[in-house]
Amino acid sequence: MSDITKQSLSELIKNIKDKKLSSTEVTKAFVERSEKSKELNVYVTEDFSAAIDKAKKFDENPNLDLKLPGIPMAVKDLFCTKNIKTTAGSKILNNFIPTYESTVTQNIWNEGAILLGKLNCDEFAMGSSNETSFFGNVQNPIDKDLVPGGSSGGSSSAVAAQLTPITIGTDTGGSIRQPASFTGTVGLKPTYGSCSRYGIVAFASSLDQAGPMAQNVRDCALLHEVISSYDEKDSTSIDFKRNNYVQELTNNIKGKKIGIPKEYRVDGMPKEIEDLWKKGIDYVKDCGAEIIDISLPHTNYALPTYYIVAPAEASSNLARYDGVKYGFRADGENLIDMYEKTRSEGFGAEVQRRIMIGTYVLSSGYYDAYYLKAQKVRKLIKNDFDEAYKKVDAILTPSTPSSAFKIGEKTNDPVSMYLNDIFTVPVNLAGLPGISIPAGHDAKGYPLGLQIIGKAFDEQNILNIAYAMEEKINFKNKITDWWIK
Amino acid sequence: MIVCDIFNYHMNIDLKTIKHISKLSRISVDEKKAEKLAGDLNSIFEFIEKLNELKTDNVQPLASVAETTLKLRDDEVKSKNLREQIIKNSPQENEDYFVVPKVIE
Repeated sequence: MSDITKQSLSELIKNIKDKKLSSTEVTKAFVERSEKSKELNVYVTEDFSAAIDKAKKFDENPNLDLKLPGIPMAVKDLFCTKNIKTTAGSKILNNFIPTYESTVTQNIWNEGAILLGKLNCDEFAMGSSNETSFFGNVQNPIDKDLVPGGSSGGSSSAVAAQLTPITIGTDTGGSIRQPASFTGTVGLKPTYGSCSRYGIVAFASSLDQAGPMAQNVRDCALLHEVISSYDEKDSTSIDFKRNNYVQELTNNIKGKKIGIPKEYRVDGMPKEIEDLWKKGIDYVKDCGAEIIDISLPHTNYALPTYYIVAPAEASSNLARYDGVKYGFRADGENLIDMYEKTRSEGFGAEVQRRIMIGTYVLSSGYYDAYYLKAQKVRKLIKNDFDEAYKKVDAILTPSTPSSAFKIGEKTNDPVSMYLNDIFTVPVNLAGLPGISIPAGHDAKGYPLGLQIIGKAFDEQNILNIAYAMEEKINFKNKITDWWIK
Repeated sequence: MIVCDIFNYHMNIDLKTIKHISKLSRISVDEKKAEKLAGDLNSIFEFIEKLNELKTDNVQPLASVAETTLKLRDDEVKSKNLREQIIKNSPQENEDYFVVPKVIE
């Protein structure tokens, strides 16, 4: 069968179940395409020959009742994988081989999927362009020298370029939804507590969530169903009744109330984003949903709040990298000198910057003025959503304030880089689910995304709205395979 | 607009402050890096200080969105004999110990 890599996850599963394709054929097809796509720099670690061996083993005695039977899959290099190097995109973990598996990846392998390799990302998931990775830039398959978004940039690029049928990322302030938007793919950030954080390299623990990235909404729903589970190894994992997200997927969203927050019309937003948003509003109206204007008055304060809370938690989480227990160690004259050199040489510039911000806002005398203040504003931001959800079932916004930008364009100005996440960060601060779906192209032909934000634990609803919109939008990603010689 | 003095005072993060934070962070910083960091941190804090526009005296801080109380479990050992696994990724070990530069003279 030709064009295996062009098939969606759902098509591949059907073909494997119908015995029209074997796991070996599918795995080899993705390995071959990945081999030809080195220029995209999506892989930090390839595990191709082991993947083919596992596929052959699967085919010898295939369990076709599994949800991901013999499906090959690459994952973000932030998930610990047992006996496979896990770097978090950092020099400081360049030699780290976990002796345990993250719960999310374990859930995936339990359903029959096969690891292809580990995907590039911003260092410790701190970045919006994949440019902070120790392993170099990732190319966006949409166009040469275009960033794939971040921090899950290797993941978004790999799905868009069809090097993996589906993947997982993590999202602390937009790291799934922004790269999905930049690459014309679908990305879901689940409700905080929906997917276990066990075995995911920690960035900001009160914000981090794992989630699926896919070519379409159905595939996204399927992977979400696999990865979302209660886990006693994560103390903030929440034990709630999870839906059968695929089975319950419907394009019937008649009567749903969709909120349009006026504060998301930010100054300087390109007209094409505004137009895309209007088109999105028309699509949901066409589906029989009702549009309601709402206000989220503290939206403008979300990014400043995030840039206190996230670095504070990061500075605390990253204190563990001391050159003693695991990871990179630099030589030092004494213990303190060893710590300081290890962290100075092992962390990249953006990570050091955020550790310093976090250390400062938590330091004696400044805690109340910065960290406590941010936690209070976080409460106000969450209250905004709580108020809005008394009137609406979901909220529709653009995913990002612009399309993908060129590599190097924003690296010298941290604040302009941070502004990328203006529409995604409030969702993490409030712990809500959000999904980005491709909704159109800008004048340059680059994809643009729309975001649907749901109530806590209401992933089914936003998946349904996304599914209904996807049908109306009929988006086609423009991938020319320019990187394949 | 409500602006508290502590912010105005610290709007400008100087090299001395950078050295102090770098010491607390256990990250060595030379002069050149310190200057770059001071510039970056000043522009970031200028951005962060927008929060001072908001009056928050009577707002309860939100530490976690997971509004459930943490579950209690029985205090029993579930992981055993992990010594080898724990030591495995150490940059330098000596049998069962992590090795660090000499601490006591």
